[in-house]
Amino acid sequence: MVDLIIVGAGPAGITAGVYAARKKIDFLMVSEDIGGQTALSSDVENYTGYQFITGTELVSKFEEHLKQFNVELKANEAVKRIVKANDSAGGVWFIVETAKEHYEAKSVIIASGRRPRWLSVKGEEGFRNKGVSYCATCDGPVFAEKIVAVIGGGNAALDAALQMMKIASKVYLININPKLSGDPVMRDKVESSNKVEVLNNAVTKEILGAKFVTGIKLEQGGVEKEIGLQGIFVEIGSVPNSGIIDLVKKNNGGEIIVDNLNRTSEPGIFAAGDVTDVPEKQIIVAAGEGAKAVLGAFRYLAGLG
Amino acid sequence: MATVKVFSTPTCPYCTRVKSYLDEKNIPFENIDVAGNPNGLQYMITVSGQMGVPVVMIDDYVIVGFDKDKIDAKLGI
Repeated sequence: MVDLIIVGAGPAGITAGVYAARKKIDFLMVSEDIGGQTALSSDVENYTGYQFITGTELVSKFEEHLKQFNVELKANEAVKRIVKANDSAGGVWFIVETAKEHYEAKSVIIASGRRPRWLSVKGEEGFRNKGVSYCATCDGPVFAEKIVAVIGGGNAALDAALQMMKIASKVYLININPKLSGDPVMRDKVESSNKVEVLNNAVTKEILGAKFVTGIKLEQGGVEKEIGLQGIFVEIGSVPNSGIIDLVKKNNGGEIIVDNLNRTSEPGIFAAGDVTDVPEKQIIVAAGEGAKAVLGAFRYLAGLG
Repeated sequence: MATVKVFSTPTCPYCTRVKSYLDEKNIPFENIDVAGNPNGLQYMITVSGQMGVPVVMIDDYVIVGFDKDKIDAKLGI
């Protein structure tokens, strides 16, 4: 058993790792990936100390910093469940389960971040990476001169549409609402492009295809229609990766509720970053929260609450 | 020594990461930029049965995504 397990290795998890190493806490880290959503960010211009850095480069810097210390990092291991254990002597600890192993610790910091929200329509799961993508930055160039759809109406969807109008032959922007939301500057660029066709009040019903995506079925104004295309980018927001734990209180959006010392409703369990109800989802905020969470856990482990 | 190919796009973060990882381990590889290379792209789709990048090919063995464990196991590093 270790004193602390940090779940996740995005900005919050890695910063927590650096702080825990410097505090000489006996800990390990478990994460499905390194960098989380930051690894998928294109340009970062608001992380102090870097006037401009790409998400990939920033993650490399984080990783390099963490590697200064002899940290036990179980990467490529997604946490499935976190449960509580106790013995007859009144001792309480936590078990962190992955597909490969289970790890035990006196305290846990959950920094598991967020993942893209799924449309939850027929065909979506089966056609993932076969025409359905959640990252235009990553997969966009694969659809050069192809017809694609971007689903969503906010900034992320506009950003994906702006990227794809430079690459694809045609872009349908499928928006469930009567109007596009998001930044007016981006909206103007999208709406004035002759490559983009905005379909408002359009509900995605099904993703069609055989081996790969060949089309999409929509409903617009009570009328169903099918559009032939090869790529679909889903940009309808994100959800917290909080399903791994039932022990703690969450808000209606599934975010783990924390106090200003990053304590959850379960003593010994702390949370940090985008998985929590802290409203601002920013790299630098997540990093700061990761630091706070370790200092909170350090106090808990010292018996100071 | 195994022949290593990386199918990537210039903008994909995990492509950059997989390439730096191979560099770090001193593994020579051929980078195939599938953006603007329809033949390379089609080949990648055929061998991997999917359209996501990166795809790492070690001899005939295909790995989708940046999967360090599989790369290490296949290259014995």
